[in-house]
Amino acid sequence: MSEEEISQAEEERIEAALQTSDIAISVRGLRNSFGDQLIHDGLDLDVRKGEILGVVGGSGTGKSVLMRTIIGLQTPDAGDIHVFGESMVGRSDDEALAIRKRWGVLFQGGALFSTLTVAENVEVPIREYYPNIGQQLRDEIAAYKIRMTGLPTEAGPKYPSELSGGMKKRAGLARALALDPDLLFLDEPTAGLDPIGAAAFDEMTRKLQQTLGLTVFLITHDLDTLYSICDRVAVLADRKVTAVGTIDELLATDHPWIQEYFNGPRGRAATAAVSREKDREQTKAAQGPSDGRR
Amino acid sequence: MNKAADLTEENRDGSNVVRLSGSLAIACLGDLPDRLDAVQGPVSAIDLSQVDHMDTIGAWTIHRAAKRLNCEISGGSDDAGRLIHAVGELDEPVPIRPDHVHPLRRVVGQIGEAVCASGATLMGLLGFFGATLIATWAVIRHPHRFRLNAVVQRFEVVGVSALGIIGLMSFLIGIVIAQQGSVQLRQFGMEMLTINLVGRLTFRELGVLMTAIMVAGRSGSAFAAQLGTMKLTEEVDAMRTIGVSPMEALVLPRTLAVVIMMPLLGFYASIMAVIGGGFLCAIALEIPPITFVQRLREVVPITDLWVGLIKAPVFGIIIALSGCFQGMQVKGNAEEVGLRTTAAVVQAIFLVIVIDAFFAVFFTWVGWN
Repeated sequence: MSEEEISQAEEERIEAALQTSDIAISVRGLRNSFGDQLIHDGLDLDVRKGEILGVVGGSGTGKSVLMRTIIGLQTPDAGDIHVFGESMVGRSDDEALAIRKRWGVLFQGGALFSTLTVAENVEVPIREYYPNIGQQLRDEIAAYKIRMTGLPTEAGPKYPSELSGGMKKRAGLARALALDPDLLFLDEPTAGLDPIGAAAFDEMTRKLQQTLGLTVFLITHDLDTLYSICDRVAVLADRKVTAVGTIDELLATDHPWIQEYFNGPRGRAATAAVSREKDREQTKAAQGPSDGRR
Repeated sequence: MNKAADLTEENRDGSNVVRLSGSLAIACLGDLPDRLDAVQGPVSAIDLSQVDHMDTIGAWTIHRAAKRLNCEISGGSDDAGRLIHAVGELDEPVPIRPDHVHPLRRVVGQIGEAVCASGATLMGLLGFFGATLIATWAVIRHPHRFRLNAVVQRFEVVGVSALGIIGLMSFLIGIVIAQQGSVQLRQFGMEMLTINLVGRLTFRELGVLMTAIMVAGRSGSAFAAQLGTMKLTEEVDAMRTIGVSPMEALVLPRTLAVVIMMPLLGFYASIMAVIGGGFLCAIALEIPPITFVQRLREVVPITDLWVGLIKAPVFGIIIALSGCFQGMQVKGNAEEVGLRTTAAVVQAIFLVIVIDAFFAVFFTWVGWN
């Protein structure tokens, strides 16, 4: 066997392993740069199936760039990206289509099509990918997706310019969920929302993830989101993923940025909120079987 | 997981059962929803025991079929049951599009809205003109607030960088006038009158008018887009809170630059058009340039130059004001910037031509013809 054949066999073996394994997204040796500014260098990351992975990092560490690279909006300088075992780098749009149908993306501002109503926005992916679905069923699907994201029914025929920021995000999420994706990308879903709206959005993300069995790739600055719904957290710093794990695991590392992030005043406040919550639940449980949950 | 969804109807203990099988996910659904719609009752149950995978769209399809046929759902896994239940809870009609309005009513409504909007715009423009005058007076009283640097910078953007395109355009216009004119005048054997045509037309009308259109397209639109973006990013509001008047800092320098640059550009454009006309006369009509210039001096009265130069700053004010006014009206979203920019250019060109017509009547009245 020549060296080339060996490497090819190796690659096939890895791909076969990935297809059967419980890894949804696998990023290896990713390098991205803009001009002479290096954004990512040798970045590795695995997202497991069925988890909510929070991605954090200071401003300009390339969180959004990482997401854009995974979903194919940006071609990396080097590195490999596998989504559901399929290599995404260097694929033509046609080849990547089968995978694209399996994910939904919520962009920061919602990115709704401004000339279409909310309901029509939700219908766009269905119409594009599954023209065999009739108009009536499509309208019904759009209707329950809109209700699923907690929007009032009056929001359906409204245009994006008539919506508030929080409603735009929900409408964007409804569109991202239109095709029942296995994988959901959320780019700062709670940014710009008031604390009540943000908490409701977190709750909804968690509930949808559990009901639909989603894998969620979630970029956030919101410590409350991290504490309340993320299974694991990946920290972007120094042009790579410096650490991945549960928050407790991250707290055990001695990376200065991570310590600063979680032990800064805001981090401590979020920790305190979580422990208060736990205490309350424990006292409730101790008081006896009243109404059970909150 | 990827087995196509299928449907069989069977009779079990005297009642009809619809049996679904395969994967009820959107990718494998195929024509199943249509076939399910075609099933006629009475049906006692929809059987899911052979369904191996389901997403919410599959669940919804089952839910609506069960609702329509008024039958129960049996044999599904716990997950499937939960999904169908979850989806069923969301069953509430959501309007997809805004209510349909009768076309006649809509047209009448749109006409009414357009009339009101144009009236409001005209009033707004007038108000804006007043605000600009007040700002000008304020700067005259406090000359240290005059932003010389901003004005000079606008001179370059509005004037100097437009020289190339305006020169080329005017040169070509001169050629076109001379060529078209000579073809017509040749029929009467009066080709020499081509010189009158080129000279008088360019100095009186076309030089300044074409310049105004070009400046409206280049600078008027740029003003609207710049100020519009600054409104969106709240730069204008920030300016106000710091105590800088946007009228003085943004509108005045731009207006002043256009007002000063318009006569200069208009004169330059007229000269370029005359050169273009002379060029064609020399080549096509064999009129030597020296004859052309001599004849031009005889037939073009100096008042023609004044007519052009008097109109130019007025056009400049209109262009700058509609650009800045539309820019300052931007609020809401980025789409508005585009709409306002278009509006600024259309409004400027329209008003320039209207005012030009008034000028034509006025100058004839004073005897400058």
